[in-house]
This record gives sequence, structure tokens and C-alpha cells, in this order.
Amino acid sequence: MNIPTHLKYTKSHEWVKLEEDGTAIIGITHHAQELLGDMVFVEIPQVGRHLKQGEECAVVESVKAAADVYAPISGEVITTNPEIESAPEKINQDTYSAWLYKLKPSNTADLSKLLDSTEYQKVLESETH
Amino acid sequence: MKTTSLNQTHRNMNAKMVDFGGWDMPLHYGSQLDEHHKVRSDAGMFDVSHMLAVDIKGKGVRDFLRQLVANNVDKLMQPGKALYTCMLNPRGGVIDDLIIYFLSESWFRIVVNAGTADKDMSWILARRDEIASGLEIIPRRDLAMIAVQGPNARTKVWQVIPEAQAATENLKLFQVTTFDKYFIARTGYTGEDGFEITLPNSDAAYLWKSLHTAGVGPTGLGARDTLRLEAGMNLYGQDMDETTSPLESGLAWTVDLKSERNFIGKKALLETHVKYQLIGLLLLDRGVLRSHQKVSLQYNKEGGEGEITSGGFSPTLNASIAFARLPLQISAGDEVQVLVRDKTLRARVVKYPFVRNGKSLI
Repeated sequence: MNIPTHLKYTKSHEWVKLEEDGTAIIGITHHAQELLGDMVFVEIPQVGRHLKQGEECAVVESVKAAADVYAPISGEVITTNPEIESAPEKINQDTYSAWLYKLKPSNTADLSKLLDSTEYQKVLESETH
Repeated sequence: MKTTSLNQTHRNMNAKMVDFGGWDMPLHYGSQLDEHHKVRSDAGMFDVSHMLAVDIKGKGVRDFLRQLVANNVDKLMQPGKALYTCMLNPRGGVIDDLIIYFLSESWFRIVVNAGTADKDMSWILARRDEIASGLEIIPRRDLAMIAVQGPNARTKVWQVIPEAQAATENLKLFQVTTFDKYFIARTGYTGEDGFEITLPNSDAAYLWKSLHTAGVGPTGLGARDTLRLEAGMNLYGQDMDETTSPLESGLAWTVDLKSERNFIGKKALLETHVKYQLIGLLLLDRGVLRSHQKVSLQYNKEGGEGEITSGGFSPTLNASIAFARLPLQISAGDEVQVLVRDKTLRARVVKYPFVRNGKSLI
């Protein structure tokens, strides 16, 4: 299983990289891109948008299906990945570098709801039958 | 789940397997986009053994088929010719689409879809009992089928089975021949040239691996769907079913209403007023068109709406395309609106096929 230990995760298959400066970089996990297949479109949230933890904020669309992406923590969108809309296949090829957007967290309590790699692995194990 | 004789071979090649109508089949072997491009530019192969070949043998097969299917089997006058047709119910709805191969007056072979095989067999046996009791109807679950498709497909097949070249190099499109243990037809479901090879189950893995060594790419069901959509080919269960007429499913060209013969469903077709057509859509905004999305008309010409039957992303065109069942007054060039999740996106009506022999037609 491809679950880097330095990242945090959600049950809805987003990964979060918490930076030194307090910002959070967000993408979708290897498991998610594998389920969906070849990516063809990405819709990312607008810069400046305020998101609540768990809110729908982006869409990734593969040949197979469209999937909603949820905000792992509350915060303000401060940048989006300029390359990802024109190269959605990077999500399949280089999942943990293919970030979608960066958040300035607004509620530190949200961080405790994130899963670490061991907890996320358990989520995946319980999903596969 | 049911498996073909290539199941372990697919797994050994890292296929992502899925349940396809009760069959354990390969969705892709890594990237369905790569597989799609390889078929259009070189050669790919599909395990289509889940489809069912049925041999119909005896005296009077032709007469039986004249009644059973909507296309006219009398178009098959030369042994080795194939015909694409629908099989209808008495209400004119489509039970299945299939290909009929004419081998001799006492032997025709039909190939039906995997998901409808049991239903088709029950129907055909019941009709045989009613109108052609002397005929043998033989489902050939002892046979596997590998479709090799692409501009280099036939060359690769001859590389792997050199002895077959002489027997097959003069086959025209929609012609078939038998050679040794192989039944080789120049047919396919991709809009590219190629062969569909039927052979005993026990020989399938060897042929698949030999083709792979010769550079033919294993291709899964994901790419099969994007290829056939670009090629303008219907998918039973999505583009037509027992509740739809072939005349509203882009299949009028496969229905012969002119000859005197009476076939099951003919009366219903003649009595029904056609109100819809199946036509193509090209999405102009960003996104992906999918089945069941509602289509509304830009200018409300006598009202009415339509619906997408099959939709998806076209890797060759790098855009989204679809087939939609729309009112007759819509024409190619018109702009329509499609409800995609919560947004209204613009699409242009186009005649399909969208792609043939690797090139865009729109």
C-alpha cells in the first residue's frame, strides 16, 4: 500500500501535508486514484474561498467517474496548483506531488480529526473485502 | 463469478479485474488511456470470450433466421459473409444485437452479447421449438475469442500464425474463414481494422501470450468502451434494450422492412410512429458526458427533451462525446444543453462515428 508516513489522511481519501509555516497542502491518495482510473479533468476551488472541514470543495473526474473531494480541515484557500488542471494525469503518475490546493487552517481542533498513516491503512483494510 | 480461459493470464499481466455482468474480466492493465491509443496507432487485443458463439445447424437454418432477426439474411449469399443485426421481440423492442456468419446452408454461427446470452438462448430455443423444430442450436462455451484490433493488427496475427496468412489476407471487411482450429473474421468493435479470432479454450492462452510477445497490447474493457464510443457503435443495454425500437437507436440501417419476409417485430415497427433519433454530442465546455444525463434543446422547437444513452471521454479527440436519444427535429450543428451533475454545459450535436482508422471525422 502506498501511504507515506509523513502525511495525514481522511476517511474520504484525501492526503494533507502540514508545512512548517502552518499551511496545509492537499491532494487525493493513491488508493483514490487507483479506484477512479485515468484522470481527465480536475476542478479546483477558487483562491480566497473559506472551507469548512468535510465540505465538498473540488472534483476529480476520470474516464470512469467523477468524484467529489472534501476539505480535510477548515481554512482559506491560498493557492491552487497551476499545473494540475492541464495535466490531471499527474494524479495517477505522481500522486503525492500532484497537489490540488493549499489551505491556511482556521481551526486547529480540526487537525486532531485527521488520520495518521497507520489509521488510514486500517480504513483501507476494512474497505477491501 | 464466471471466468474465461484467459483469466489467469490476465492476472499474471497485472490486470485490474472487475465484475462485468457476472464475469471476472480485465478493466485495464495499467492505463486504459494508453491501451486506447495503442489500438488506434498500432495493435491491441481483447479477451471477448465472455460473448457467446451459437451454432445453428440443420435443414432450413436460413428460413428460421429470416423470421428471427430484423436484418435480411438473404444478404448473405456467399459463404464467409457476416451480417450485423438486431433480434426483436413482438413489440419491436431489441432483445440483443448480434453478428451472423454464413458458413453453409446447413450451418450459420451467431455471436451474442455476454450479458444477454442466457436470455437469447431461451428465446432462440423457444422460437426453434415453435417454428423450426428440426434445427440444432449449439452454444459453444468450448470456444474462446480474442479480438486483435488496430492498423497493425492483421500483420501481427500473421507474424504469430504465419500459416493463416494465405487463408486470411484476402478477407474483406465482414468476411470470415476457418483455418485449422481458428475461425477468423475481419470484424471488430473499435473502428480499426483487425481480426476477431475464435478458437478452442485450451489454445487461447498460448495465442494471447504469442501475440503479446509480438508486441500486441493487452486491452481491457475500459478502453473497449472508449474505442467503440468513438467508432459510433452501439452498446446493448445502454443505447438500446427491450423497450426501445431499433429505429430510435441509430439502427434503422440494420432493419430490412422492404422485403416481403415476415420477421418477429416487423408489424410493431411498421405500426409505430418514430419520434426520436440517436445522434452524437460533442461537449464544448469542460467535463465528461455520461449515461442518463438530461439534454435540453436550446430553442424549444416543439418542446421535448432528450437523454444521453452512452457518454464518456474520447482519448483520440481529447474531448467528451456521447450518443443521445433526441427528438427528430434536432440536427447536426445545433447546440444543446446537458445537465451534468449540478451544471448546465453546452454541447454540439454531431453525426457519429466520431473517429475511424485513427482519425477524427468531426
